[in-house]
Amino acid sequence: MKYLLPLLAVLVALLFCASLLIGPAAMGLGESLRALFTGEGGPVVLVMQEIRLPRALLGLLVGAALGLSGAAMQGYLRNPLAEPGLIGVSASAALGAVLTLQTGLAAAFSLALPLAALAGAGLASLLILALAGPRGGALALILAGIAISALAGAATSLVLNLSPNPFAAAEIVYWMMGSLADRSFTHVWLAAPFILAGMAALMTLGRGLDAMTLGEDAAESLGIRPARLRFVLICGTAAAVGASVAVAGAIGFVGLVVPHVLRPLVGARPSRLLPASALGGAAVLLAADIATRLIAPDRDLKLGVLTALVGAPFFLHLIWKMRRVEA
Amino acid sequence: MSLLSLENITVRRGTLSVVDGVSLTVSAGEFVGLIGPNGAGKTSLMRAALGLLPHEGRSNLAQMSAARRARAVAFLPQGREIAWPVSVADLVALGRAPWGNADPADPAVRRALARLDLEGFASRAATSLSGGEQARALIARALAQETPLLIADEPGAGLDPEAQIRMMTIFAGLAQDGRAVLASVHDLGLAARHCTRLILLERGRLVADGPPREVLSEARLAGVFHIRAHLFENEDGLIFQPLGVIR
Repeated sequence: MKYLLPLLAVLVALLFCASLLIGPAAMGLGESLRALFTGEGGPVVLVMQEIRLPRALLGLLVGAALGLSGAAMQGYLRNPLAEPGLIGVSASAALGAVLTLQTGLAAAFSLALPLAALAGAGLASLLILALAGPRGGALALILAGIAISALAGAATSLVLNLSPNPFAAAEIVYWMMGSLADRSFTHVWLAAPFILAGMAALMTLGRGLDAMTLGEDAAESLGIRPARLRFVLICGTAAAVGASVAVAGAIGFVGLVVPHVLRPLVGARPSRLLPASALGGAAVLLAADIATRLIAPDRDLKLGVLTALVGAPFFLHLIWKMRRVEA
Repeated sequence: MSLLSLENITVRRGTLSVVDGVSLTVSAGEFVGLIGPNGAGKTSLMRAALGLLPHEGRSNLAQMSAARRARAVAFLPQGREIAWPVSVADLVALGRAPWGNADPADPAVRRALARLDLEGFASRAATSLSGGEQARALIARALAQETPLLIADEPGAGLDPEAQIRMMTIFAGLAQDGRAVLASVHDLGLAARHCTRLILLERGRLVADGPPREVLSEARLAGVFHIRAHLFENEDGLIFQPLGVIR
C-alpha cells in the first residue's frame, strides 16, 4: 500500500489531538487549545499541560516502542507469534517496579519505581546477552528469554505472596495491569531518551531483517552479521520496552497484533513493516487509552486490561481467517 | 584466476572430523560439481569455505570482510527458507542488497527472473508457489547477486527434469561467461553431463578431483557410492546411468 505511512501518520496525529481533548474535566475545544499553547486560562492550563499532554506523549512513545520492537522481534525470529516481551525484558522491568512497591520505596520517592524498572530491564538484557550473545542463534534467544521471563515472573509472584498487607498486594496487581493515568512530565523525560534511542537502534535493522527472510546462513552470505544484528535487537528492545514498562506497566498484545495486522499491507517486507508498526502501535495505544476514559470514566479502567481484552479476540479472529485461507 | 582457494580445511564436530584436510581451488570458467554420498561433508565444506562454520585451515572467502565477501560470492543454502509472503520480485531483489539497494526494478533482478522463467510470478507471494517454483525463485535470488562465484548446496533437489536441466545449463553458462560455480549435486548423470570438473568427497576427505570421466571411474562408484553404473560417451557427451547397488 503506497500511502500507508502517511495515512498512519495522520491517524496518529488525530488520535494524539483526541487524547488531548478527551477527559473527565469538561473543557471547550478552543479553551483547551488556547491553554495548551498560550498558557492562559487558569486551571485549564494545569489540566492540559500537566495531565493530558504527558499522557498523550507517553501513549505515543510507548505505543510506538511496542509496535516497533514487536515488528523487529518477529522479523529476527521469523515468527509472527514473537512479541517484545519474549526476551524477558518486560517481566524483569515489572519485577524491578514491584520490588519498589513492596518495600515502600515507590511511595517515599516517586522516581524509585520507574528507575528500578529500568534497572530490571537493563539486568535482563545483560543476562540475555550473556546467554544468547555472539554465538547463540534464534533458538538460544527464545529459550533464554523464556527462562528469564519465568524467573522474573516467579520472583514477582513471590513478592506478591509475601506482601505485608492486602493494600500493597492490590497496589502491585493494579500497577501490573498497565496504565497511563496520572503520569507527569517527569515520566516523559525519564522514558523518552531510552525509548527514542532504542527505537533509533531498531530502525537501523531493516536491511538485516529483510535478508533474514532467507534464513541466517543466506543472510550472512549477503553481508549481514547476525551476531551484530542480535546485539542491536536486544539492546534496542530492552531500552524501548524496558522504559515503556517503567512508565506504563505491562501492556500486552500491542507488540504482537500490530505487526501482524500491518504485514500484508507492506508486502510482508520486514524493513517496510518497522516504521508502519511504530505508527500503528502508537495509534492503537492512543486509541485504547482514549477508550479507557470514555468507557468507564469514573472506574479507572486499566489500559493493559483493555488492550488484552480487545487484542486477544482480534488475534483469534486473525487465526480463524488464516486457518480458512490455508485449508 | 582462482576465485576460491581452500588450504587444508578441517571441520571438527566433537572428536570427529566431518571435513578432513581438504585443499582445492576453483577458477573462473569452471563449473565444479561437489559429489559424495550422504554425510561425506559437502555442506560442511561449503559452509566452512564461506566462513559460516568454525574451521581450521585457510579459505580466501572466510578471510574477507562480510561486505566484501557478499560481492565476491553468492550462496544458495540447502534449507530453502522463505519466512514471509514477500513477492517473488522482492525476494529476488534481496540479492542486490550487497550492492546497495534491494530494488525489484534493478535490471539484474529482471535478468535473473527471466533466466529462471519467473517473470509471470514476479508479483506473486513467494510462499504461495510450489516447492519447485520456490527453489527456482531462490536460485534467481542468488543469480541476481551477480558475483564472480556462486556456491550452491543441492540446488537441484525437488526440481522437475526440465527445471534441473535448465538450472545446470544456466550454471554452465555462467562458467562459460567467465564466472565460476561450485555446486553439490546428487544426480551424477547431470553432474557428468554439465560440470567441467568433479570433486569427490568421502567421509570428509577429498578422494578425487578432475574431469567427470576420470572421477566417475568404475572402481570409485563401487568403492564410494556402492553402485554399478553404465558410463559411456556419445555425441551428446558423457552419459551416466546407474544400474544397481553393490553390497
